Amino acid sequence: MNQQQRFEPRIVGFLCNWCSYTGADLAGVSRMKSAPNLRTIRVMCSGRVDPTLVLRAFQLGADGVLVAGCHPGDCHYQEGNYKAMRRVLLLKRVLREFGIDERRLRLEWISASEGEKFARVANEFTEQVRALGPLQLEEAPAAVAEPQLEEVRA
Amino acid sequence: MSKPKLALYWAASCGGCEIAVLDVEEKILDVAAFFDIVFWPCAMDFKYKDVQAMEDGSIDLCLFNGAIRTSENEAMARLLRRKSKVLVAFGSCATEGCIPGLANLTTKEEILDWVYHRSPSTVNENGVRPQPRFHVPEGELEIPEFYEEVRTLAQVVPVDYFIPGCPPQAPQIVNVLSAIMTGAPLPPPGSVIGAGEKTCCDECGRKREEKRIKRFYRPWEIVPDPNQCLLDQGIICLGPATRSGCGALCVKANMPCRGCYGPPPNVMDQGAKMISALASVIDSQDPEEVQRILDQIPDPAGTLYRFSVPASLLHRKRTQVTA
Amino acid sequence: MISLTINGTRTEVREGTTILQAARFLEIPIPTLCYHPWLKPFGACRICTVQVQRPRGYELVTACNTPCEEGMVIQTDTDHVRQARRVVVELMMARWPNVPIVQKLAAEVGLEKPRFISEMRDEAPDACILCLRCVRICEEVVGACAIGYEDRGIKRKVVTPFHEESEACVACGACAHVCPTGHMKFEPEDYRGKPPEFLLGPNTAIHVMTPQAVPKVPRIDRESCIHFKTNGCQKCVEVCEAKAVNHEMTDQELEIEVGQILVATGYDLFDASVMAQYGYGRLDNIYTALDIERMLNATGPTGGQIRLKNGQPPRAVGIIHCVGSRDENYHRYCSRVCCMYALKFAHLIKERCPEAEVYNFYIDMRAFGKGYEEFYSRVLHEGVNVIRGKVAEVVQAGWSKQEEGTLLIRCEDTLIGKLREIPVDMVILCNAIEPRRDAERVARLFGLSRSPDGFFLERHPKLDPVATSSDGLFVAGCAQGPKDIPDTVAQASAAAARMLATIAKGVVEMDPVRAEINEEYCSGCRVCNALCPYEAIEYLEDKNVSRVNSALCKGCGTCVAACPAGAITGYGFSDLQLHAELEGLLAVR
Ligand SMILES: Cc1cc2nc3c(=O)[nH]c(=O)nc-3n(C[C@H](O)[C@H](O)[C@H](O)COP(=O)(O)OP(=O)(O)OC[C@H]3O[C@@H](n4cnc5c(N)ncnc54)[C@H](O)[C@@H]3O)c2cc1C
Ligand code: SF4
Ligand code: SF4
Ligand code: FES
Repeated sequence: MNQQQRFEPRIVGFLCNWCSYTGADLAGVSRMKSAPNLRTIRVMCSGRVDPTLVLRAFQLGADGVLVAGCHPGDCHYQEGNYKAMRRVLLLKRVLREFGIDERRLRLEWISASEGEKFARVANEFTEQVRALGPLQLEEAPAAVAEPQLEEVRA
Repeated sequence: MSKPKLALYWAASCGGCEIAVLDVEEKILDVAAFFDIVFWPCAMDFKYKDVQAMEDGSIDLCLFNGAIRTSENEAMARLLRRKSKVLVAFGSCATEGCIPGLANLTTKEEILDWVYHRSPSTVNENGVRPQPRFHVPEGELEIPEFYEEVRTLAQVVPVDYFIPGCPPQAPQIVNVLSAIMTGAPLPPPGSVIGAGEKTCCDECGRKREEKRIKRFYRPWEIVPDPNQCLLDQGIICLGPATRSGCGALCVKANMPCRGCYGPPPNVMDQGAKMISALASVIDSQDPEEVQRILDQIPDPAGTLYRFSVPASLLHRKRTQVTA
Repeated sequence: MISLTINGTRTEVREGTTILQAARFLEIPIPTLCYHPWLKPFGACRICTVQVQRPRGYELVTACNTPCEEGMVIQTDTDHVRQARRVVVELMMARWPNVPIVQKLAAEVGLEKPRFISEMRDEAPDACILCLRCVRICEEVVGACAIGYEDRGIKRKVVTPFHEESEACVACGACAHVCPTGHMKFEPEDYRGKPPEFLLGPNTAIHVMTPQAVPKVPRIDRESCIHFKTNGCQKCVEVCEAKAVNHEMTDQELEIEVGQILVATGYDLFDASVMAQYGYGRLDNIYTALDIERMLNATGPTGGQIRLKNGQPPRAVGIIHCVGSRDENYHRYCSRVCCMYALKFAHLIKERCPEAEVYNFYIDMRAFGKGYEEFYSRVLHEGVNVIRGKVAEVVQAGWSKQEEGTLLIRCEDTLIGKLREIPVDMVILCNAIEPRRDAERVARLFGLSRSPDGFFLERHPKLDPVATSSDGLFVAGCAQGPKDIPDTVAQASAAAARMLATIAKGVVEMDPVRAEINEEYCSGCRVCNALCPYEAIEYLEDKNVSRVNSALCKGCGTCVAACPAGAITGYGFSDLQLHAELEGLLAVR
């Protein structure tokens, strides 16, 4: 596959304010290179990530979704990250039933000091989703242009 | 002055919605007296061409139940849309896809393959599959096309109002029809009518505690306490993510709410919200234990999206397989 | 009350008072020997003999154990008394001629030479004079009864049971403390010749921790205190006039409610023995900087003198900077304080041992603060040798008599581009400042974050260097990163000011990121109730809805995501906002 054709996945990352977002910041100020495919949304805690948001991201054309929070035990709000973990586990099963490879949803623990880990996760995940290919969800159903009434026989 | 014209139609659905209309009992007489029923194939003899002959917009109110499964469903949806001033998606199938919509978790090919070849009760030695058009000596036969996916009415034509429920409960139907008949002002188009703004929990009289779930039970695995919140007892009840309006019928019969009244006003995706709520209240921080507990839910998509797959964010199973 | 006369002076005393006590109250001297104020009067040595007037003449009694009687007339300095005391002392001198306390009594009674020589004569200056104070204190005060006496008359002897090491002895040293001749000795192994802080435990049962202790008050060490071993003693309680000693006190766990916390838990020092090439813990006369700080301290073990293990001042000292700092293998950061305290050491060593050569081995000299560069040049002018280069190893110099005890520092002098071997007899390792070993636990406790180096993370490195990401939680000092005292004080003062400002204001400003439940949509399913880490969500039974207490809510959004009814709005991160963000984010290919 040549350069122009190379599939550039679109990935949405939900990063918790205290650890992962700060970790991403650190990766930035440390001049670490990380894949631009990851488009991040800051939330106060990984516990804010409603599965609705993940599904909406897929529906809007994301090929992968990253949910990143503080390491277990480190959540700024004590246990938000455990809730995120449980939701992701159940959501993955549902994704499977909807025919979506569960590897497109990834949960990571990235602390404020792990700029390097953030960059690594961004790069690795991008490569993983690239290998999985475009998600190409069927477009949401839209009305057919012209009704063909004549075809309807009584 | 001529009476307002009423049409009722039944697309991909079980017919329960039609029964529900009759469940209004003697009120049906008021309806019949108030409206001029111009189309109701289930109850009276009408032909499609009768409708085609009507002037556009000449039907004042059309209650359309059933999802859009075939080309016939779609054509009728379009036809009735054109002929009706007010088109109402009546019942869960028309509003969100309902049980027929569960077909979106598989594919057309899988369905046909099962029904015409693999199902144990099928005898089909010649491997025949229905074709939309078929030539016989007498001429060409045609049946509607079976679509790849099930759609809601609104995914096919613009819809004015939605009456949720599988089926909509008689008192709610009475409410809606009485409002129309008394000339009460209608809510803005696009609204859900014949239902509440809260959730099923609001109508459920059970006692609820803070939720901490260690194990999920299927209804037959446990004799539930009739006064205690079913979810508190580990039975998956969709009540918390389901619009109120039914009067909490199932839970009053000691069965969990399965979610037929659809998502409450601020919820975009009923299943996703239920995923979030259920996972949140699981009482464990150990991923392996959590997985074990979650495995007690046999079919999460089918359970949490039982009535709403076509209307959900993902709306159907992804069929393409990429590298 | 009893009235009596001593040497013509009338006095009144309480019943039960002994003659000795009454006399001492009137400041009339009576010599004593076997008497000890902590012990019950014994009357064994009879040196305290006094004369009591009786109806038909007089009687000689021992003052220490004779109680006063109504109308008693006592003389303490008559010929009879002097005669009696002289005989007592004479008999003692006959047996223990060289014991100082006996000699002193002899001088007091005007005895030059005893008339007799005892067959039990003991010439030792610390001979046992059988006052039995030791036996009595062990029984009466300590309660251990570890020693006793055997035989009678002139054969009497203080012994342990069966002449064996007594298991009942609690090693309190009380016997030695009361022994008037020094016959009883108390020298447990650990104590011999070592300054107190090099002992594993404190050396007395009641002591001030360090001269700099805050608060500077003595404390009781349970391990050594006699009372906790025998339930006896408590002499300290008797002697403390302020009645401040309380053996009942125990450690207390207090819960104190506070609104703000300053975390200033400081640092640990890098374990220098990890860098085996520098010989710490393996070779003699290699010290860490903290050991030297202690040695230089006027209240330290050497009283501020720099000494080798053998007690001699060093002839040459090598000070190695950056031990474990600026080192890829250990800590990449600079510990900031080492260069300057290393120069301080050089200066002080030059001052206290002017003969000694001092070598500082540095990578870069970081004299960053106000007046620091000036101090550096001053130290240079004092004749300190500074060598730029990282020390490769410190080894034992050799085995000849001459070289005994000397060390060799091998390093590259990068300024002259040569490998050098420098003989010294003392090496000081400036080991790195590192996060405390419990930093992880403390971070968890307070919900603090840590920077990659392990120190606690401030909210912003430039704009908010004392606050943390949690409201009301501040950091200062080395807990936040290596720094010297001026910087620590500056940061701590800033944090204190910030906290005071909040207190003065009387109100707390909160982030508007909060959750709110819309009661029109909440049906009281109670999914959210147990989710809130701050228990901010209460369930209102009567209305069948839940409600967020916005003073408790910190805006994590967990409940917002979980509410199956979509009834909770998370201000700042609402569904509407996040979905709009998503749409924008994914609008471009
Ligand atoms: C060898 C050496 C020489 C130095 N010489 C100088 C010098 O000459 N000039 C100079 O400016 N600086 C010098 N420094 C630096 C100086 O020691 C530090 O700047 C200063 O001690 C930092 O103060 P601090 O309060 O942050 O930490 P610390 O002094 O370490 O104080 C922290 C305190 O917190 C307590 N603590 C820790 N954990 C807990 C807990 N969980 N609960 C309760 N209490 C706890 C500790 O017991 C300790 O008392 C030197 C450092 C070293 C190692
Ligand atoms: S989860 Fe939502 S609906 Fe349930 S009690 Fe809480 S706010 Fe109300
Ligand atoms: S947002 Fe978080 S802190 Fe606030 S009420 Fe909800 S769960 Fe509690
Ligand atoms: S604050 Fe980071 S996961 Fe909760």
